[in-house]
Amino acid sequence: MDLIEWFKDRRKNGRLTKEQRQREIADGLWTKCVSCAALHYTKDFQLNWCVCPACGHHERVGAPERIPQLVDPDSWVSTDDHLLANDPLGFNDIKSYPERLAQAREKTGLSDAIVTGLATLEGRPIALGVMDFRFMGGSMGSVVGERITRLVERATAERRAAILVCASGGARMQEGVLSLVQMARTSAALQNHRSQRQLFVSVLTNPTTGGVTASFAMLGDIILAEPKATIGFAGRRVIEQTLRQKLPEGFQTSEFLLKHGFVDRIVERAQLRPTLARILRLHGVGQVQAYRPAPQASIAQDQQ
Amino acid sequence: MELEARLDDIRRFAEENNVDVSAQLAEIEARAAELRRDLYANLPPKDILQLARNPKRPSTLDYIQLLCEEWVELHGDRLFGDDLALVGGLARLGDHPVVIMGHQKGRDTKDNIQRNFGMPQPEGYRKALRLMDHANHFQLPIIALIDTPGAHAGVDAEQRGQGEAIARNLQHMFSYEVPILCAVIGEGGSGGALAIGVGNRMLMFEYAVYSVISPDSCSVILWRDKKHIEQAANALKITARDLKQLGIVDEIIPEPPGGAHRDPQRAAANLKEALLRHLDELLTLDGPTRRTQRYEKFRAMARFQEI
Ligand SMILES: [Zn+2]
Repeated sequence: MDLIEWFKDRRKNGRLTKEQRQREIADGLWTKCVSCAALHYTKDFQLNWCVCPACGHHERVGAPERIPQLVDPDSWVSTDDHLLANDPLGFNDIKSYPERLAQAREKTGLSDAIVTGLATLEGRPIALGVMDFRFMGGSMGSVVGERITRLVERATAERRAAILVCASGGARMQEGVLSLVQMARTSAALQNHRSQRQLFVSVLTNPTTGGVTASFAMLGDIILAEPKATIGFAGRRVIEQTLRQKLPEGFQTSEFLLKHGFVDRIVERAQLRPTLARILRLHGVGQVQAYRPAPQASIAQDQQ
Repeated sequence: MELEARLDDIRRFAEENNVDVSAQLAEIEARAAELRRDLYANLPPKDILQLARNPKRPSTLDYIQLLCEEWVELHGDRLFGDDLALVGGLARLGDHPVVIMGHQKGRDTKDNIQRNFGMPQPEGYRKALRLMDHANHFQLPIIALIDTPGAHAGVDAEQRGQGEAIARNLQHMFSYEVPILCAVIGEGGSGGALAIGVGNRMLMFEYAVYSVISPDSCSVILWRDKKHIEQAANALKITARDLKQLGIVDEIIPEPPGGAHRDPQRAAANLKEALLRHLDELLTLDGPTRRTQRYEKFRAMARFQEI
C-alpha cells in the first residue's frame, strides 16, 4: 500500500484508538509536538521545517536535516569528516569515553557533534558548520574544534562567508582542558577571518550553552537565533543553586538575549535561508568588486 | 605535620629545662623537611586541588606586591562598573613596564563577598579587555594571573552577556602584538580562567589546577552524586604535570614545600624568574611574529586521528 492509499484508508476508518496512535507515533509515522501535544503527520511536519504548524514550536533538527534546509541543492561538499576523536585522557566514568563515542556514532550515524562543508547559498559561496545536539549533547572536543578551525581557515582563504549553526551543551569534559582550549582555537580562526574583512554569521538554536556560547556563538558579526531557543553561559541548575530561588520566566531564551542586546534577530526556521541570503547579498559575499572602492585615477580620467 | 608538633614540643622542653638539644633538633628538622618534600612531590590530584583552593594561598594582589617594583591599580570597564573579582593595572616587572591583571579572591569573609570569591561578572572580563587593549596600544607586555573557581553564574551575569564577554576576550587576545604571559597561580576554573588565558606562554604553579569543569560538578554530572570528586579529579587531568604532558602548559613553577602559602616570597621569586626569562625571549621577536606564534601554539592544541 503506498502512502496516499494508506492515508485514504485510515480516513475511511475514522479516528484511531489511543493504542493505535501510540504505536504509530512510536513507528515515526506521526510526530507529537512536545510543546502543545498536537499530532502531525511526520512527513508534513518535516516539510514544515520540523516546526509545529499548531504552536510554532521549533523542534530540534539534526545536522543531516538542517543542511538541505540551508544550502543550494547539490552544492554541498562535506569537509574533514575523516577526523575522529581520540581518548587523550583515557577518560572513564560510569562508561569509558570510547564507549560513549561508539554509542553516539551508532545513534546518530555521525562521526562527531558537528558536520562541516562547503556549499553555495543562493549562489553565494559559504563555509557551513552545523552542530548536532544528539551527538553527546553537541559537546565540543578536539574534533569539533579542529573541524571549525579548518572550516574557518578555508573560508578565509577562499573568501567564503562562514556560517555556524550552534547546538551544544558546552565543552566535552571527557577531553579535559583540551576541550576547553577549543573555545580559544575557534575564536582564533574567527579573529583571522574577521581581520580579512570576511563575514561570519552565527545561528543559535536550541540549546546553545556553556563553552560554545562563550566562544564562536557570540562572535558572529551577525547573530541570529531561532525562536524560544535556550541560550546562555551558565546552566540553569547552577544558577538556581547559587541563587536558591526560581529563575524568571523566559530567562536564557532567544527573546531574553534579544532584549538584552546579545542577538541581532530572531528568525523563524522557514525564514532562515532567505534571511541569510539577504545578509550575504548585502555584504557582497561572492562579489569581489562590490568591496572595491572606485580608483580615484579612473574617475579623473572619465571626467577629462 | 605531626613531626612539626613534636619539634615544637622538644623545643619548648629544651628551653624550659635549659638543655642543649640543637643537634638532635637539626636532625629531626632535616628529616621533617625531607618527608615533606617526598609527600608533596607525589600528591594525588585531590590534595593538589585542596592546596590550590587553600584560603591562605596568595592571590593576584599578593603576587603583584611581591613581583613588581611599582604598581598603579586601574579600575572599571568604562561600560557598567568595576568588578573587584578581577584586578589589574600598570606595574614595573624588573626593568619592564607591563600591564598586569588577574582574578582576585578575598582574604577574609568580608573581602570575599566584595570580590565574589574571585568569580568575575562580565564587567570583570570587560575591564580585562580594556586593560589589554590599553597594553597593546601602548606596547606594554601583558601578564595575566589566573585564580578563579570560574566565571560568575547568575541572572545578572547572563543579562549582561557573560558568554559574550568571555568570547570577546578570546578573540581579541589573538589580535595583540605585545607579549602575553599567563600563569595559573591557584584555581584555573574553566572559561572564566581561559578568558584571560590566551598567552604566548602558559606557566603554572606546581600545586595549581586548571580544569574544564570543577571535579565537584563533574562528579554530579557524570556519576550523578557528589561522592566521586576524587575520581573526577583524577580523570580530568587537572594538575600542572598532566597539563604539561598534554601540551597545554609550557613550564611548571616550583612551589616551596607545603605550597605557596607557606612561603609566598619564595613562590613569587620563582614566578618572577620565569616571567622575566620568558619576557626577555618574547621581546626579541617582532609583534606580528608574536601574534602568529600565539596562533600556532593554540593551533596545535587538539588530539584526534585522521583516517
Ligand atoms: Zn505545537
